[in-house]
Amino acid sequence: MKRHLVLRVVAKLLIPPILLFALYVQFHGDYGPGGGFQAGVIFGAGFILYALVFGVDTATTVARPPIVRVCVALGLLLFSGVGVVSLLLGGRYLDYSVLADDPVRGQHLGILLIELGVGITVAAVMVTIFFAFAGRERS
Amino acid sequence: MLLSFLATTAIAVVVLRDLFAVVMLFGIYSLLTASIFLVLDAVDVAFTEAAVGAGISTVLMLATLALTARTEKKPRQWSPLPLVVVMITGATLIYGTLDMPRYGDPSAAIHQHVAPRYINESPHETGIPNMVTSVLASYRGYDTLGEVAVIFTAGVGVMVLLGARARSRKKKGEKS
Repeated sequence: MKRHLVLRVVAKLLIPPILLFALYVQFHGDYGPGGGFQAGVIFGAGFILYALVFGVDTATTVARPPIVRVCVALGLLLFSGVGVVSLLLGGRYLDYSVLADDPVRGQHLGILLIELGVGITVAAVMVTIFFAFAGRERS
Repeated sequence: MLLSFLATTAIAVVVLRDLFAVVMLFGIYSLLTASIFLVLDAVDVAFTEAAVGAGISTVLMLATLALTARTEKKPRQWSPLPLVVVMITGATLIYGTLDMPRYGDPSAAIHQHVAPRYINESPHETGIPNMVTSVLASYRGYDTLGEVAVIFTAGVGVMVLLGARARSRKKKGEKS
């Protein structure tokens, strides 16, 4: 697809807003529709669009497979780690009220962190699955 | 109206033999489903359906299509058994909906159980205006953790099944 000038220019214009929108959905999920899952999918879709237009090889230099693979586990670790921290602070597993002095602020922090974990894992898994499919195509 | 679009798309998916068109129709199907969710005021679900169903899975199916053939084989002979199975399943499902409360009925069981507590207490307890987020991430945190574990497992599964194979092939290519 390297010769399609229009596609390349449009993709170049679209990818930054897509990634920005994903971050908006991620961190605005407390107030509007959205959350970690949707944000992760949109973020992953941005990378997949990049890989589709500019080739998988170029995309792997941006999102290096080893780093993406670490991110797959990192998100889940962050999520379960928040649960462990709340255990250590004297609460129940995944009880965010103990994370800060004020229970409501603790809930805010906990939800923000676990949504981030969800987003990281989902985005990384989407990119990984796409790379795995596209990698077979080339060989 | 949306449901009739949905039915038309489904019939087209069954009839068409060109898999590229079928994949595109699946994308349209997901988008229509997302619109239905939107009409039912389930914005978060609609969002997910539009992103995953219409976006990612279309791309993945196209990637699969690139590895396999583009047209579906014609079935050797027409057999009535699948049609009968589908008819019976559909009839059972429709029969099951007859007992359901009317849409939006406030006295329905689902609006009596934990929903009032979430609606009344979650703004004070979590301080988060979007109730879906507070239920998903806080009250039902275990479920969400399980879902993330499922996605993680899916990613690892794809890596094990597809990733390793591509690598070993590359190594073979280097040797020869």
